[in-house]
Amino acid sequence: MNSVISTHGLTKRFGSVLAVDSVDLDVREGDRYGFLGPNGSGKTTTVRMLLGLVFATSGSIELIGHPVPKRARQALVDVGALIEGPAAYGHLSARTNLTLLDAAGARGPRRTRRARVAEVLEQVGLDAVGRRPVKAYSFGMRQRLGLAAALLRKPRLLVLDEPTNGLDPQGIREVRDLLVALNEQGTTVFLSSHLLAEVEAMCTRVGVLDRGRLVLQDDLAALRRPTGRVVVRTADPDIAAGVLDGQLEQRDGDRLVVRGLAPEELTALLVHAGARITELVSERQTLEEVVLGVTSSGSDRVTGGAARRFSGRRRAS
Amino acid sequence: MIAVELSKLLRRPHTWISIALLCLLPAIVAVFLAATDVAPRPGEGPAFLSAVLANGALFPAAALGIVLPLFLPVAVAVVAGDSVAGEASTGTLRYLLVRPVGRTRLLVAKLAAVMAFLLISVIAVAVTAYIVGTRLFVPEPGSPPTVVTGLSGSTLTKEQLAWRTALVILYIAWSMLGVAAVALFLSTVTDSGLGAALGALAVLVMSQVLVTLDAASSVKAYLPTRYWLAWVDFFRDPILWRDIERGLLVQGVYVVVLLAMAWANFMTRDVTA
Repeated sequence: MNSVISTHGLTKRFGSVLAVDSVDLDVREGDRYGFLGPNGSGKTTTVRMLLGLVFATSGSIELIGHPVPKRARQALVDVGALIEGPAAYGHLSARTNLTLLDAAGARGPRRTRRARVAEVLEQVGLDAVGRRPVKAYSFGMRQRLGLAAALLRKPRLLVLDEPTNGLDPQGIREVRDLLVALNEQGTTVFLSSHLLAEVEAMCTRVGVLDRGRLVLQDDLAALRRPTGRVVVRTADPDIAAGVLDGQLEQRDGDRLVVRGLAPEELTALLVHAGARITELVSERQTLEEVVLGVTSSGSDRVTGGAARRFSGRRRAS
Repeated sequence: MIAVELSKLLRRPHTWISIALLCLLPAIVAVFLAATDVAPRPGEGPAFLSAVLANGALFPAAALGIVLPLFLPVAVAVVAGDSVAGEASTGTLRYLLVRPVGRTRLLVAKLAAVMAFLLISVIAVAVTAYIVGTRLFVPEPGSPPTVVTGLSGSTLTKEQLAWRTALVILYIAWSMLGVAAVALFLSTVTDSGLGAALGALAVLVMSQVLVTLDAASSVKAYLPTRYWLAWVDFFRDPILWRDIERGLLVQGVYVVVLLAMAWANFMTRDVTA
């Protein structure tokens, strides 16, 4: 598979602060790549370097086969981006904003502009309000407009920084469905987020950044491998505990955690002993456990302490 | 890209408000003059005002003289200072750059839009002043209607007056380009449009102060505002070219150096806004 984003030893230093430290990203064509990390771990700086906005201190970037920043322009025509929240001219309508943005660069033929703008506004669900000035929009509507701008030229690669920020659950679902549909049509999606649930729900590959270092990069399926343990709920926990003996790792009421037996062996064993099974599932690692295992607390936490924090719900700042 | 920037400029209410204000000030002055018939004595007050009462066709030049010292530089500094920094503070700069629009192209388009703004403002001031002037200051019945008196006491025909006023418009626009270049450079340095505009105005005020200071006479010839008022020489007979030429040259050096600095800074800068 072709590499869409590949970096080698990518490093950025702001004065004495090492924001990004020797990152080797590898995003392949067709991926839905989740770029995770606590606040302040260097995600946004990395994204900005990929897009040629910030210049790397050292290391190399290749975006859709073109070196960045040297040939960023050739690469960027095939990239749609949403970087650190949407931005638009408040006194103009969504339609005018998109029209001006489209006219500003290459590969936005005037002939099809009106139709393309109408199409993306419909895709993100803004077609009804497209003529109102943007300053009257809610944050969620602005976020949709930002997404529309990213989709405008049918990019091969979407680079999205927190795309569902500010959206309600309904909106989050819509955006997720839209991104998955686009991905199935061949668009590679690079999703930078600190929302574990979002990445887990939607991505096929995951990279985790911690204090500027890429501490993990793998397929989601591989990360969520079985732990080798089986969790079983039974109406007769005492009978079950009796036959299991050595393999029983943990007992919590009617919930038993068993190690060293395959699910089918365990089922046979319990049924044979006469214990009625209500639920039996082989345990998998959650993404949260994997990520918490490799990251430290976010850099916006000032008062040290042992508690590890990785906001899974909302933006902390 | 230039067309996009022009369209953005013309769609901003801000642009038209500042042009309207620029045109309003000379009109107010004209109303007071016409109502009272009390002109400043020759040599006092803004250039030309004393001659305007006799003939309204001189009022465009007088109007430019009124807005030149403060109003026009403020308007130009605000627009030019906002050009890059304003995009940075609204966040639209990053979306333009990843569109992608090359940084050089963006800067050139911004410069073109600023130049369009200052030409439109200077011409708008001149045109409204001509309309207001010719309505309010009707030549006295005795004097010949097609002739006005220049600064040297000789007379200028209507045609001479028209093309000399056109030259004044170009000269003042060129002087303002110096202001625009300072503001545009600062606009690539900071992410605050207001900061860039104030910085450019600070430079101008400093230059104005030094121009009037005898102790600074050794650097006077190189100050950006030193030859701003040289446009008055267009109304002498014959035109006194010496200061005008120097003014064009000094402004030209400032424009070239500052635009080069703006370009170099913008090309190598991390866009983190």
